[in-house]
Amino acid sequence: MDSDHTPQAAGSVLAPAADAPPAAAPRIDCRDIKVFYGATQAIHGVSMSFPDRAVTALIGPSGCGKSTFLRCLNRMNDTIENCRVEGQILMDGQDINDHSIDPVLLRSRVGMVFQKPNPFPKSIYDNIAYGPRIHGIATSREDLDAIVEKSLRRAGLWEEVKDRLQAPGTSLSGGQQQRLCIARAIAVRPEVILMDEPCSALDPVATARIEELIDELRKRYCIVIVTHSMQQAARVSQRTAFFHLGNLVEMGETEQIFTNPREKRTEDYITGRFG
Amino acid sequence: MTDPAASSFSTPEALKRLKRRRAADVRFRYYGLGAIFLALSALVLLVLSIGSQAVSAATYHVVRYDITLDPAVITPPGETTPEDIARNVDGFWELARDNLLETFPEANRDRASRIEVSEFITRLAVLPTARKVAARPEMVGNPITLTAPLNDDLDLYLKGQALPERRLRTGTITAVTAQEDGFALLEGQGAFTPILTALTTLQAEGVSMDEGSILITAGGATGRLHGIQAGTARLELLTGTLDAFRNSTAAARLIALPEAQRVVSDQQIAWTFALKEMGRISRVPRWTLLTNSDSTYPELAGGLAALVGSLFTMLVTALVAIPIGILAAVYLEEFAPKNRLTDFIEVNINNLAAVPSIVFGLLGAAVYINFLGMPRSAPLVGGLVLALMTFPVVIIASRAALKAVPPSVRSGALAIGASQMQTVFHHVVPLAAPGILTGAILGMARALGETAPLLLIGMVAFVGDVPTSPTDESTVMPVLIFTWANNAERAWEPMTSAMIVVLLAVLLLMNGLVVFLRRKYERRW
Ligand SMILES: Nc1ncnc2c1ncn2[C@@H]1O[C@H](COP(=O)(O)OP(=O)(O)O)[C@@H](O)[C@H]1O
Ligand SMILES: [Mg+2]
Repeated sequence: MDSDHTPQAAGSVLAPAADAPPAAAPRIDCRDIKVFYGATQAIHGVSMSFPDRAVTALIGPSGCGKSTFLRCLNRMNDTIENCRVEGQILMDGQDINDHSIDPVLLRSRVGMVFQKPNPFPKSIYDNIAYGPRIHGIATSREDLDAIVEKSLRRAGLWEEVKDRLQAPGTSLSGGQQQRLCIARAIAVRPEVILMDEPCSALDPVATARIEELIDELRKRYCIVIVTHSMQQAARVSQRTAFFHLGNLVEMGETEQIFTNPREKRTEDYITGRFG
Repeated sequence: MTDPAASSFSTPEALKRLKRRRAADVRFRYYGLGAIFLALSALVLLVLSIGSQAVSAATYHVVRYDITLDPAVITPPGETTPEDIARNVDGFWELARDNLLETFPEANRDRASRIEVSEFITRLAVLPTARKVAARPEMVGNPITLTAPLNDDLDLYLKGQALPERRLRTGTITAVTAQEDGFALLEGQGAFTPILTALTTLQAEGVSMDEGSILITAGGATGRLHGIQAGTARLELLTGTLDAFRNSTAAARLIALPEAQRVVSDQQIAWTFALKEMGRISRVPRWTLLTNSDSTYPELAGGLAALVGSLFTMLVTALVAIPIGILAAVYLEEFAPKNRLTDFIEVNINNLAAVPSIVFGLLGAAVYINFLGMPRSAPLVGGLVLALMTFPVVIIASRAALKAVPPSVRSGALAIGASQMQTVFHHVVPLAAPGILTGAILGMARALGETAPLLLIGMVAFVGDVPTSPTDESTVMPVLIFTWANNAERAWEPMTSAMIVVLLAVLLLMNGLVVFLRRKYERRW
């Protein structure tokens, strides 16, 4: 049941997640990314790569351009008026900003979860089924049912909602809504999942559940998470990138960044001297 | 401040400030209540004044005529087909009038009386009966009951709206003696004292009865009183028999307005009471207000043609204004780049919504009728003109509704790979639909009540037939109201109010639909 979704998922679900080394080739490779909002530049030439089947955390003080950078990866910046992106973003060796790339298709391969849970004002079932429907992933009702169930299971929500799939998605609690959004993203079979402060609107218990889920998901997906909580970055990520004023200051193994940062600014931020 | 404990919370200045602030709060609340009270009382006043008028037009008096369909009159030689019968309004009318002449022999005494009696029934009032008989020609030669509305002035008189009059009862009349001059002498101990008292009161009030009439009615008989003294009076019998007055207490009516200045004569009033006494006049709901078309006679007029005309007009308006409005709004809000050009368009749409409606009427007359050669007075042109003034309203309301959809819904859909079209039409528009519908229906409601532009494209013409297509000559409800309100006869006044009530009812229905739709959509999520 699991195999058709992400063939590259090898490890057992139950295998210890602890410090699995980043998988082989980088899934996404960014080269000299610059982002402008009108005349003001928000990102000043950032180059970094994201490994497959690992969680990369983007941290940094608010306004440093984490969200902006994240949105480059699925071209959501295209939808913002006045926003211009320069540089190369290679996904499996293909430039996603190339004219031949359809951003709509790209976004089905690069899912995104937002800061505030934003389920559609439709039923739980339709929230999940919408993506597969428009992408033609499922043609029959049975296929669709199967995808809905699998996505909800992967998002750890199935047991809680299986009896009320026709209830509106907005009737769930905040944490459940956010997991519903994750399930919605999973349902279109993405390879990459972007998360922009997915827990900032949630209470600690719901946050812990999402973090568990992220840890579970990284066995199948390349995950990039923006967070303002350094503890969270330390808990869920294998690699961490520290942004400051639109620049990538430092990037490395999470453990190294938190225990032995190379840059003074990183150390200051992590120890709480600014930010 | 010496005592730090009694901090600025309780200093005299602070208390004074607090008191002022509270007083301001209270004052503001009263201003608000006052404003609401004013608005409500204006509404109540409107409803009461129009409603009370309309209620009187909601019913009317009809007269029953038991006639025999004389073939010599209904189907004279050479005019025997059903079409001929249906067209033979004069024949039916003559039968009804002759029936009245039979009932009231005194009406035969001169030409003037015959004219007075013939005014009871409008010629066209027999048309439904004529059509009924035409449909079943075997009825000719048989007795039937013809029911037709009473003349509008008499109808209004019976409703107590035509003439100010004072009503009272006489004492018992004990003796009635016919006299040589045609008058009769009525006698009774103090029988006419109530009338004398009333006359004195009227005089004190400055009402002159010098040329007015005093009518008394007993049973089916009515007469005019002259030379009244406490115990005796001379009676000029108008209809019925003198015997009816013997040993009776008669109903007396004091009408101050001279007969020459009235639309109903004493004789007609007398006959009306006689018919009423015979049970031939009854007050019934005036369904014809909704089932008849316009007429020059108020007792026959109805709003059906205008209702249908309004319907066709609204249909054209809706088909043109709503799709254009919604598509324009969706494009401007969701797809158009934000630049000078779209700003300019936006400003001009707002301007368009503010243009006085009569200007659209001029435009419609010039472009649709004169330039494009569309038919005058047709719902097609009316609908197009109203669409011009409705679609800016729809655009503005739809844009507001689209703006109110949270951006998170858009980014949510885009992020799972929905195209912009899909995002807009699967998510944004459905969420904005209640707001869009509200705007559309309110825009339509405004168009439904619009008069001025339609006057300019000739929709004010008298239309006797119900239109069957948007290109037929037609009028609409507000214009019909305008036309009726301009008619001189008194009877049009309550009719106008009744038509206003019908229009308001349709508008309320539309507003109710808005509330219903909104509730329904909101409840689902
Ligand atoms: N839509 C936008 N239009 C203009 N400027 C923006 C927009 N979004 C973000 N910015 C600017 O870009 C910079 C980075 O913002 P953002 O990526 O949201 O920061 P972060 O997510 O790290 O807090 C900020 O200075 C912000 O003001
Ligand atoms: Mg952010």
